[in-house]
Amino acid sequence: MELLCILIISALAAALSLIPMGKRFAPVVTLLGTMAVFLLSLRTALATVTGGEVVAVKDWLSCDSFSALILLLVSFVGLAAAIFSWGYIDATVEATEDRKIRRYYSRFNLFLFSMLAVAIFSHLAMVWIAVELTTLLSVFLVSFESTPEALEAAWKYVMLTCMGAALALFGILLLYWGMSLAATQAAFTWTGLIAASPKMSPAILYTAFLFILIGFGTKVGLVPMHTWLPDAHSQAPSPICALLSGIETTTVLYCIMRLLPMFQGSAASYAGRWFIIFGLISAGVAAFLLIQAKDYKRLFAFSTVEHMGIILVAAGLGGYAALFGAMLQIVSHAVTKSLCFFSAGVTLLATGTRDIAAIRGLIRISPLAAIFLMVGGLGIAGAPPLAVFLSEFSILKAGIMNGQYLVIGLLALFLVVAFFGIMYQINRMVFGSPEIILMDERTLLFGRSIIPKRNILPLTCIIALIITIIPVILFGIYLPEQLYQLFHHAAASLGRM
Amino acid sequence: MSEPDLLLSFLTKLNALTGGVFLLSAFGLVAIRQMLTCLRLYVFQSLLLAISASIIGYHYASIHLFAVAALTIATKVIIIPWLLRHTVGYESYAKREISQVINIPASLLIALGITILSYCIASPLLTAAGAGIFERVNLPVGMASLILGAFAVTVRREAVPQVLGILAMENGAFFAGVSIAHTLPFIAELAAAFDVLIIALVMGLLALKIRKTLGKTAVGELIALKEE
Repeated sequence: MELLCILIISALAAALSLIPMGKRFAPVVTLLGTMAVFLLSLRTALATVTGGEVVAVKDWLSCDSFSALILLLVSFVGLAAAIFSWGYIDATVEATEDRKIRRYYSRFNLFLFSMLAVAIFSHLAMVWIAVELTTLLSVFLVSFESTPEALEAAWKYVMLTCMGAALALFGILLLYWGMSLAATQAAFTWTGLIAASPKMSPAILYTAFLFILIGFGTKVGLVPMHTWLPDAHSQAPSPICALLSGIETTTVLYCIMRLLPMFQGSAASYAGRWFIIFGLISAGVAAFLLIQAKDYKRLFAFSTVEHMGIILVAAGLGGYAALFGAMLQIVSHAVTKSLCFFSAGVTLLATGTRDIAAIRGLIRISPLAAIFLMVGGLGIAGAPPLAVFLSEFSILKAGIMNGQYLVIGLLALFLVVAFFGIMYQINRMVFGSPEIILMDERTLLFGRSIIPKRNILPLTCIIALIITIIPVILFGIYLPEQLYQLFHHAAASLGRM
Repeated sequence: MSEPDLLLSFLTKLNALTGGVFLLSAFGLVAIRQMLTCLRLYVFQSLLLAISASIIGYHYASIHLFAVAALTIATKVIIIPWLLRHTVGYESYAKREISQVINIPASLLIALGITILSYCIASPLLTAAGAGIFERVNLPVGMASLILGAFAVTVRREAVPQVLGILAMENGAFFAGVSIAHTLPFIAELAAAFDVLIIALVMGLLALKIRKTLGKTAVGELIALKEE
């Protein structure tokens, strides 16, 4: 029942946001909607803590531990982004353009709806449609600022990810074919698929797997299909970047990881090998591209590619410990990346430029923005004792226990390169004598000049930053028991029996 | 030869013909220079998809595949061309020649390579599955059209042909789908048809926005964002 309510509430919030009822109506509806969705997701997650399943419509809508984890993550980041949007949209869009504001909130809710649907749907055809909808419903959020760059980014985004989705569709149809040939009575759901997989023809299974890996991999941003990602994730408004980078990529990665238990016994290393190859290439290329980033939102976008690679490697290593590490990494990356993009958003509000080289001494221009940016940077780079450090450490440890020295050696190297790449850029921005070397793009960024009281950040932005910084710091030192159980069951569900 | 056999052999041959022409139209979407012809070709291709669905539907006596055929005609033959015309505007979709990254003979050669490759990928699958006569045509042709569509998206520089490339990819996937996944629940098919409509709508609106802001729809010339 919760699952149906979640979908209905977010769709309803999207519709209500369009009603012209004064300036505050759409943000309030969005806030209430995301809060209700978060509470319901929390309820769902708590119900699956013991490894059970929440079923709304049998074979169509259901949630097990892994999908409940994703659901919880989506709703948490969604809530934080809704709070952040309040202040951010207030500061960047003229109050007279209330139609534009209403459209923003409506699309925000629709986008959130599609991501929640990916986790809630269990029929594969419907999952594919939900994934496709995450693209289609977020395109106009990417192009929201209507600059030529934003339009270019949106076009690349929709073209490449739709191409990927078509390839994945073919893979899913192949899987369906394999299942109907195996003559099982199981429904075409994640669990039905795993039950039927031993009887399916290996040739079909492998081909379908590769089509889905490449197709959905385009949307996750795996190198070499990543080219749209830094563009889209840097041109969208900051709260949307947090959704795109923090959870959209994760929800699609979730679909890929769900295929893992299809491969049992000796076939398992086949899927794992592909995961490791794509993961290492993504992590490596992104780590080196990080160094040359000139735009701090782009920097964080490349770091998303890197983290997707790390999670894929962890999933590919196999074994309970590595999968547990992957679950930890999924959660810690999503919350830390949201923090990064929120802090990038307030930095943008305070300085009016996205150019790394233009900002010096942010700590004196806007101390609050600088502190959050520093913690976000340290967090995503993987400094102890923050959340990402713990998850990366547990992945490396699991890999060494498995005896995969080469893979772990390379991964560790890329992690170090990325660490220095990120920290070098963030340090340059945060410290030094305060100055903003403004290019003429200052007024172009939002289509109007920046507010004069620029070092006063909107209160809601700060609240959103505080909400996201808590798990970033907390999860590095302490994991609540329920969450631990959720990770445990999610990792176990992917394990090879 | 008894009557059912005769009918079956006729249906098989008709389906094979449809598949051949389907593949040919996928080649056309890669190589034809006139925008309007491209759009008509896409409509024709969708019609072929509907025909193939009806043939297979008749063979399996499946009312559901006939519904798929009707749905295909409604969305892809009627609504999508109308939608593109009204969102992108007649000016930018009909009266242009399409510029290409790779010249046409070279693209056709690559397209040929892609087709051979898809037959290579598909044949082990068909052997492994002990596939029936319809799958033997539809799976490789569908896969070839899927990859040819992706190729068309990469080489075309204009917005509308790129959109048609994406839609042709979906057509390819469904062309294979009507033979290999003909028992897929109808609600999934319905949602997929709806999804294709949203694709056309979103891309059309975005192309319109690009034209209004930048004064052109040559999306291949948008290169402001890239790594140095």
